[in-house]
Amino acid sequence: MIRTPLRPLARILDARAKGQNPDTIERENIAARHEEMKDRARTQAERRLRVLALSFFVLFSVIGLRMGTLAATEPSELRSASSGAEITAQRADILDRNGRILATNMMTHSLYVQTADLVDPARTATELGKIFPELDAEALLRRFTDGRSFLWVRKVLSPEQMQKVHEIGDPGLYFGPREMRLYPNGTLAAHILGGSAFGNEGVDSAEVIGTAGIEKAMDTRLRDPAQSNTPLKLSIDLTLQANVEEVLSTGMKTLNAKGAAAILMDVKTGEVLAMASLPDFDPNDRPAPALTGDPSDSPLFNRSVQGVYELGSTFKVFAVAQAMDLGLINADTPIDTKQPFVYDGFRINEFDNHNYGATLPTWEVIAVSSNIGSAHIGLMIGGERQQAFLRTLGLLDAPMVELAEAPSARALVPKNWSGIVTVTASYGHGISTSLMNLAAAYATIGNGGLKVTPTLIHDPAHKAGARVISEATALSVVQMMRRVVTDGTATFADVPGYGVAGKTGTAEKPKRNGKGYDSDKVINTFASVFPANDPKYVLVVTLDEPVETAGSKPRRTAGYTAVPVAGEIIRRIAPLVGLRPDGESPMASLVAYKDPLAQE
Amino acid sequence: MRPLLYILPFFAVMGLAFWAYHENYATQGQLKDMARLQNEIGRLRDEIAMQKAEWAYLNRPARLRDLAAINFDRLGLMPIEPAQLGLATQVAMPPAGPLVVTGTTLPLSSDPDAEQIP
Repeated sequence: MIRTPLRPLARILDARAKGQNPDTIERENIAARHEEMKDRARTQAERRLRVLALSFFVLFSVIGLRMGTLAATEPSELRSASSGAEITAQRADILDRNGRILATNMMTHSLYVQTADLVDPARTATELGKIFPELDAEALLRRFTDGRSFLWVRKVLSPEQMQKVHEIGDPGLYFGPREMRLYPNGTLAAHILGGSAFGNEGVDSAEVIGTAGIEKAMDTRLRDPAQSNTPLKLSIDLTLQANVEEVLSTGMKTLNAKGAAAILMDVKTGEVLAMASLPDFDPNDRPAPALTGDPSDSPLFNRSVQGVYELGSTFKVFAVAQAMDLGLINADTPIDTKQPFVYDGFRINEFDNHNYGATLPTWEVIAVSSNIGSAHIGLMIGGERQQAFLRTLGLLDAPMVELAEAPSARALVPKNWSGIVTVTASYGHGISTSLMNLAAAYATIGNGGLKVTPTLIHDPAHKAGARVISEATALSVVQMMRRVVTDGTATFADVPGYGVAGKTGTAEKPKRNGKGYDSDKVINTFASVFPANDPKYVLVVTLDEPVETAGSKPRRTAGYTAVPVAGEIIRRIAPLVGLRPDGESPMASLVAYKDPLAQE
Repeated sequence: MRPLLYILPFFAVMGLAFWAYHENYATQGQLKDMARLQNEIGRLRDEIAMQKAEWAYLNRPARLRDLAAINFDRLGLMPIEPAQLGLATQVAMPPAGPLVVTGTTLPLSSDPDAEQIP
């Protein structure tokens, strides 16, 4: 570039010749030069701005596109960083206390149809109808051709069914992988496990959600991805559960009962080792809840937790335990059992109108199960203290176990704890509570008076509960319950060598119309603790409307129904839990030494 | 001298490019291999879960009970009874004195016939 001189000689000389000021020429030139510089600077700035705008545009486009792709594509795992441990079941397994599987997951497939891809809808519908008898081929064809583009045919398929569907060979049939919940033991422990169903369903997967029992109560824990590798260990022992269910079912059939329930609990920890409720169901194919009739007659109804019953004479133990703990009586104090006994206009009767004379010692009030005697003990304690004690034992609340049904099983307690409530509550009437609560309360007595909270989860680090009654009282009450089995109403439960201690209870069921009680319909309960000298287990057995017809007239007392069933359960399970019969061992005689080398 | 200064970096760049591509393909190969292994692990896990479920299904107490009943003639399995538990003192001790070893041998667990149920 050639710079124009500020004072070009030719023009200066010319200006001088004309007598003009040559400085004006210089100023003109300076001004022109400034104009030029300004133009150049502006162009440069404009160019820079354009470059900047372009780079911002490119940058934002890149970010935008990346965000778009991230949002629109399927998420994939980081291939290089993954250790492989993450690829596991979406729902944790449920095991029994010895690690045997109660619930696990299984890979199956679901079947769906993209109608646009169907080649021959009519044939496909007919063939599917043949494979799945529950599907109506005509309805299926209607759904294939009514304009929808997508429809589910089956939620899960067995491998055989899948192969048959493959053989139809229509490209419109698609399979989606499904993780299915499987309960390999069938009906065993059905009420504990509850059941599960598919929640949100997609083509590639479906979430499994618990619908009842522990599956629902522990749903968050079971679905927690961080814990899906750690199975949930229940306190249930599969072998004991199977034995309890078998004996209970036989007992229920023999005694023509319409329902039965049993709970076996560890006295120290409150861990439920077996819990059965009959009739039961298969959690793999959980039936729909009945919409008509009494829900408590449904197989889905859990009698051991959901059912609240007036548990009858099994409550007498609590009245005696409290009175002894308060120092009001001891095991031999004579208790008034004089007939007739009228309280507040209500006449209190003994079972079968027995008359036990003027007085009975405390232990015999329990052994023969005297209502009047218990009523007098209840009155000695007084309503307020009695209510507080039953509440401490947990009998007046919903059971605390980890089942979805438990919180709704609230005990039915009269609002106003009047004198007559004190009288009836001391022999187990007027209050309805769950069997689980009864088992826990008996466990508290068996545990030397330390409170036991029932649980279904196996926890090796168990902490002892608070003291409810003194150890001496608890011991003495267990001894009294032992006399019920040796000399009282529960002699059929005297399993040799195991020192069973327990208390029977027979309660008439309230009539459907709410007016009075039905003498033909009873709930028989036997609550027991064994072995009596060092209680380890609590067993509660209940039969709903049983009747024993072996004798000349039908018998409906617990001593003839629930007690023999409980006795058989104890005889079967005690060797299984490793309890050696003590005292006079029933083992016949010395086992002779057999020399393996001796000649036959 | 000057041409050498141009040619050397050119070859260096070519060499590095070759190396980088090589590494890239090796990495992709490893990733593919890893994905394959992950799939296999996943498949094996599924199979293990299936086998466990089947084991649990075959060992369900109801089935074992039925099998014990069906095979009662051969196995004679009965529920365990309280009478089967005793004290060590109830078992007679072998007679005192040295054991006489005769020619007969007792069947050992390694004996193939010992596995079979008579």
